[in-house]
Amino acid sequence: MVPWFGAGAAILVAWGLYIAFFLAPTDATQGDAYRVIFIHVPAAWMSMFLYLIMAFWAGIGLVFNTRLSGMMASAVAPTGAMFTFIALWTGSLWGKPTWGTWWVWDARLTSELILLFLYFGFMALQAAIDDPRRADKAGAVLALVGAVNIPIIYFSVKWWNTLHQGASVSLTRAPSMAAIMFTGMIVMVFGFWCYSIATSLARVRCIMLERERRADWVSQYAGAAN
Amino acid sequence: MIWNSWDDFVAMGGYGLYVWGSYFVTFALLAVELVVLGQRKRRAAQIAVLQASRTAD
Repeated sequence: MVPWFGAGAAILVAWGLYIAFFLAPTDATQGDAYRVIFIHVPAAWMSMFLYLIMAFWAGIGLVFNTRLSGMMASAVAPTGAMFTFIALWTGSLWGKPTWGTWWVWDARLTSELILLFLYFGFMALQAAIDDPRRADKAGAVLALVGAVNIPIIYFSVKWWNTLHQGASVSLTRAPSMAAIMFTGMIVMVFGFWCYSIATSLARVRCIMLERERRADWVSQYAGAAN
Repeated sequence: MIWNSWDDFVAMGGYGLYVWGSYFVTFALLAVELVVLGQRKRRAAQIAVLQASRTAD
């Protein structure tokens, strides 16, 4: 499945980039600075989605005590952290020309920064505990408690008066942006989705091999690979 | 066509630093993640192979 999602990611991201730079026109108010949107918004969405997926697997692992769920949670974390960093980085580069500042401590930006620290905390905690089963449990508790931050990020622009603008896209009404810009953004979202699925699946495979190296099936797998 | 020339494209209407800074760092990070993941995969497979040869003895 990894090559399929990998190929899907490559095609969708290439298509998204084509729309972003060659089909989408220059914005009337922001000029070409707005083109950051094609990365910023998909990355920010992924940062939140991936955290929810991580927390979901962590929760399943905690409740049903299944081993694979803990591995899934740890496999998603690095990709989630990366997209969180990308969202912050591109937001900063977009904020400078449009708001006049790289960073402000407004609710949206601060809660997204906390999300980055939650990912780092989760990975550091897991890395610090030798026994993988206990590492999974400790990580799961952190991931679940930290999940409170996701609705805070999402609704921060409504609950507080933020410099960050409100949502341009919602499920209940038409997006308040040009159709071609919206299409480009959605294509990039699907591209990032495929990328995340491919990397997470590839990583969970590594984690399985690393953790269960003494199991019979690993020897057989390795034997077949020889 | 939006861009009149290559220079025009690179300049991004004066926002080149911000736009290209965003895209460059994003794709550099994706590339780094893929390389690191590839290395990890090779190492995990090597360990498994070693383990298999040891259990075979």
